[in-house]
Amino acid sequence: MAQVALPDRSTQPTWIAFDQAKIRRDLLIRRFGKVFGIVEPVFGYFFLWAPILLLVIFSFNDSRTVSTWRGFTLQWYSNIFNNIVGTEARFSTDLMLQSLGNSLFVGVSSTLIATIIGTMVALSLARGNYPGKQYIDGLLFLPVVIPEITQALSLAIFFNVLFNWFNSVTGIPAQSGFGTIIIGHVAFNISYVAIVVRARLADMNPRLEEAARDLGANEWQTFRRVTLPLIMPGIISGALLAFTLSLDDFVITLFTAGVGTTTLPVYVYGLLKLSVTPEINAISTLILVASTVLVGISLRLQGRNVAS
Amino acid sequence: MTADYDIELRNVVKEFPTRGSEGALRAVDSISLQIMPGEFFALLGPSGCGKTTTLRMIAGFEEATSGDILLRGKPMQGVPPFHRPVNTVFQDYALFPHMTVLQNVMFGLEMENVSRTEAEKRAKAALELVRLTQFDRRPRQLSGGQQQRVALARALVKRPAVLLLDEPLGALDLKLRKAMQYELMTMQNDLNITFIYVTHDQEEALTMADRIAVMDKGKVLQVGSPEEIYETPATRFVADFIGETNFMEGRLVEKRGDIGMVALKGADCVVEAELGAANPQVGDNVTVAVRPEKITLLRLVDQDDHLHSVPAAEIMAAVERETNKTLVEGVVQFANYIGTDTRYIVRIGGSIDLVVRVQNFGERFDTLFHKGERVNVFWATDTARILVE
Repeated sequence: MAQVALPDRSTQPTWIAFDQAKIRRDLLIRRFGKVFGIVEPVFGYFFLWAPILLLVIFSFNDSRTVSTWRGFTLQWYSNIFNNIVGTEARFSTDLMLQSLGNSLFVGVSSTLIATIIGTMVALSLARGNYPGKQYIDGLLFLPVVIPEITQALSLAIFFNVLFNWFNSVTGIPAQSGFGTIIIGHVAFNISYVAIVVRARLADMNPRLEEAARDLGANEWQTFRRVTLPLIMPGIISGALLAFTLSLDDFVITLFTAGVGTTTLPVYVYGLLKLSVTPEINAISTLILVASTVLVGISLRLQGRNVAS
Repeated sequence: MTADYDIELRNVVKEFPTRGSEGALRAVDSISLQIMPGEFFALLGPSGCGKTTTLRMIAGFEEATSGDILLRGKPMQGVPPFHRPVNTVFQDYALFPHMTVLQNVMFGLEMENVSRTEAEKRAKAALELVRLTQFDRRPRQLSGGQQQRVALARALVKRPAVLLLDEPLGALDLKLRKAMQYELMTMQNDLNITFIYVTHDQEEALTMADRIAVMDKGKVLQVGSPEEIYETPATRFVADFIGETNFMEGRLVEKRGDIGMVALKGADCVVEAELGAANPQVGDNVTVAVRPEKITLLRLVDQDDHLHSVPAAEIMAAVERETNKTLVEGVVQFANYIGTDTRYIVRIGGSIDLVVRVQNFGERFDTLFHKGERVNVFWATDTARILVE
């Protein structure tokens, strides 16, 4: 056995020195960090939420002018259900509710289609094994990152070309309507649904599907009894996200809309052209609340963990 | 049709395509195995040796690149896992988190279209077999050991021809693992189901299995009973992987029947050992393997021994009478007292260190040696093996 060399004790210091100046400096840096940690989010959230908070507050302000607070009222909320939005002659509650109905119709239809296609895309990306998969994977994020106006324009041009061709072949004039809006919404919602569902699938233990097949379940039974129930929270969450995005969408809807297909955001924008009134604040607040609730449910479902 | 074997593997190869470069990774390299009905068969090897891939091919999750897998004489090529009469207990149990314990166990029966009442009856019986009564709990509410039992019940309720177990006790703590080992053995014995048990734990394999296949780098190195694997390892890897072994490199200088004399490399020392199946020629480079507990240390006769009831001279005389033996002089380098045994490092031939394990019988048999002491090192020839690879 080799001799183990012991350290020479005589060369080591007999006591350990602390550099007091260094310690003070580091403690100061730490204190700065603590203060910053409190102040920084206040700044961040102020920029993020202040304008929205202002809108909500002034929807309850007992004054037509936005500049000063005159006390609490629910007048504007009552007005929008009584055909009054400031001096706007074109406003009627019926029209607003009709546009809300349009929004819901487009939202539900596009969500259903996008959820089914998006889930299939997610399954194919998570379980499939084919060349070029990673490129399709990358393309999935494209609708999330490209400017909405680009997508809206491309859809408008696409439908224009398609309708011209259809007209020249069949002689029937085709035009934009609910169909085009729904297709436009499906186009961007597929990505959101697929991303959320795929995250869920990635969390899922692949052994669970193997266990099902091992116990005698064929591919369909495995999907039906094991995979689908386990990714269901992801699917619902993706669907709610898609529904919210569809309800709130303005740009793509405007570019793909036809006659009589005005959705709520488009309708509100039309009212805005003249002046901002407290009633519009009230409508916006209601839309905000609805969206927040839906996204909140969606996030909660995403957060529910998949036990392996 | 009856078959001699429950499972037979014939030259099974599994290759996985490697990303980027051409060529493939050979996870399983032409292995052949015959597993008898009712046998507890262990696939033992380090991680990445291909044992789990082999199991997954039997289960049907992976398709063999070439070769045949036969289940009771029937080729399993192209048969999906849900049509194979084998069931698996997964390493992480893979219990369905959205189902209760009972629903988990009933799942396999529902897939066979067993009626609900019948399925429930059989599932409850299976759960009782593994001594579990919390039918309505979710898997995540159970401890690791309980989850393990559910996984076992879920597989056994299908009455499989062969049960595949992929390191089922790996996640349990030592005490629970020991208890479950015993339970699994009893259960296997009672149910008379063939078990194929994948593990990297040599002690577990030795304890539980009727036969063991030792695997490394996709190949089966040796198949045999625990005794055969331990006492007569076929290769250096097997000797090294199962238990502790001393390896001495050297050159074969003489053959006498099935005994070889080996001159150790870098030492003026010749030792005796049994020739293995490889049967090397005189002049070949070989390795001598001998287990630490097979070596005996003896006090030198010229030392003062009046304190002990059995004089060293008497023992030495007995050892001298042995015909096939190695008896060399050594120096104790280290002595570690570890309770039941003392573990010595003894240097022989001036440069070769051997691990020697001596059971502590106490003063009477004089088995305690101290660092720096000169001793006689002895082993019977039939306890040492000559290995070539």
